[in-house]
Amino acid sequence: MSYSQINADILRTLRMPGRAYWGLLTALTAVVLFGVFCFWTQVQRGMGVAGYEHPVAWGIYITNFVFWVGIAHSGTLISAVLFLFRATWRTAVARAAETMTVFAVMTAGLFPIIHIGRPWFFYWLIPYPNERQLWVNFRSPLIWDLVAISTYLTVSLMFLFIGLIPDIAAARDHVKDWRRPIYRILALGWQGSNRQWRHYNSLYGFFAALATPLVVSVHSVVSWDFAMAILPGWHSTIFAPYFVAGAILSGLAMVITILIPLRRWLGLEEYIRIWHFENLAKLLIVTSLIVGYAYLTEYFIAWYSNSQFEQGTFLDRMFGQYAVFAWTMLICNAVIPMLLFFKHLRTNLVALFVISIFVNIGMWLERFVIIVSSLSHDYDPANWTDGVYSPTWVEGGITAASFALFFLLFLLFVRNFPAVSITEMKESTEQPAEEAPATAWPEPV
Amino acid sequence: MALLGVFDDGSKAAAAIIAIQHDALGRVDVYSPTPSHAIDQALDIQVSPVRTFTLIGGLFGCIVGFALPIYTVLDWPLITGGKPLLSIPPFVVIAFELTILFGATFGLLGFLGLARLPNPFRKRVSDPRFTNDKFGVLVTCDAARVDAVRAHLLAAGCEEVSDHA
Repeated sequence: MSYSQINADILRTLRMPGRAYWGLLTALTAVVLFGVFCFWTQVQRGMGVAGYEHPVAWGIYITNFVFWVGIAHSGTLISAVLFLFRATWRTAVARAAETMTVFAVMTAGLFPIIHIGRPWFFYWLIPYPNERQLWVNFRSPLIWDLVAISTYLTVSLMFLFIGLIPDIAAARDHVKDWRRPIYRILALGWQGSNRQWRHYNSLYGFFAALATPLVVSVHSVVSWDFAMAILPGWHSTIFAPYFVAGAILSGLAMVITILIPLRRWLGLEEYIRIWHFENLAKLLIVTSLIVGYAYLTEYFIAWYSNSQFEQGTFLDRMFGQYAVFAWTMLICNAVIPMLLFFKHLRTNLVALFVISIFVNIGMWLERFVIIVSSLSHDYDPANWTDGVYSPTWVEGGITAASFALFFLLFLLFVRNFPAVSITEMKESTEQPAEEAPATAWPEPV
Repeated sequence: MALLGVFDDGSKAAAAIIAIQHDALGRVDVYSPTPSHAIDQALDIQVSPVRTFTLIGGLFGCIVGFALPIYTVLDWPLITGGKPLLSIPPFVVIAFELTILFGATFGLLGFLGLARLPNPFRKRVSDPRFTNDKFGVLVTCDAARVDAVRAHLLAAGCEEVSDHA
């Protein structure tokens, strides 16, 4: 494939979209506005409109928070970790995954603010000199969370932007409509001179190297929000790796869910091939196995600990009021992805799409089960009543709006910026090995 | 004087660069749609100093990540959970994140400075082909050497040579 064809094919996706696009955009905006209305109701009437009941003070807002942070992780995995491992197939899917990372973290970041009783005081979490002379408690995992998530958002936004600079320059030179002045500013005056490329490549490598430990640390920190508490079902040493693997599993599923319709709609079948999906599916199998192993370990440790409360919590998880969610999550995350061991299923986009939806549902339920079923079965037997927590319409509306917001941002992005990296695509055409999977182990470099 | 040669292939451009540099005819700048190994080798460039910026940023972030929590607990000593005021393990989390945050930010700022960006309105070597599929080799040289440079560019398979003001 020639450079000019790549340029033309990918920049073609930035043309004026059709009616279906505007219709979808309108529908998503409507859902987002409904979410804003739900939030307004909650601010007006207080947290009572959310279904919180003692002892369940963390409901689906925190479920959504952990879910969206998790979705973000595969973007960094694909763009940074696979870059460091020289996995050339990442080129076709990295941009979409990075974009997903940024928008997922932005969506996630809203939820702690929605969740706190007085959202207008959220800035009290930030350590700044103030007239009360009080500082934040740096020993609290919630402050670690703030630091980790804001670092993650900043770094992944910068990483996305750096990758975009040469592509925006290409758009500036070849897209001739009202967006051109915007591309001109965003391209920063990129010329593709050898001096710029030299520093650019160096910077890109360092960002990949910095983002790799970051992606592990962020979801570890999120897991410590739970693991640092003494609640049975939360207080567990495997939480950090368990959450990181779960995050990557859910993120990969979301990448697949988004990319299958996207490649069709943008006409990128030449660039995002079945082979790329097959590779994503293989990663899905690996992370699903890790997650399945973590589930079993949790139950094993509960039994082996001989702690009555630990055992009680896990019995409640299996047979209690939220048992249906626990079993659904187990099947969706640890059993259904095993179907991808069959090659004809992982190369069949319809099957892959359906499986990825199951994983998305399963991973959302995993966070719900961890948070709600553990909280509802704490140390006080008087709290173990049935029907202690169920989400209200306000929580449901805000959750739906978070999905709408995520897809809305993504849709706006892919019509205004290249959804596949033009530069990296051109670079990879110089390597014919990209076309076909290697049949033997590659020679060490 | 400057001559701009347009190539359709990075390795041809690299051949021209090697020839021009071998005869020490002038300063060479290359404009390309992608980074090219052949051109990098021909120009024999050094390692980018972006790494120094990243290192300094990382170290600075690490120091800030420890200094800020330590300062705040000493500024208003408040014992929580019976833990020592200077409880290092939780501060490692802060220091770790800020190491990455500052390392990345300093790296980006270093890159922008070194690559002379942002500069969106400067009159550039303005040719949309260089973000599409062509490689441009700009040779700045004395008027006496223009013909030699032109000959080298054409010998390497240049599609088009033009004077560049």
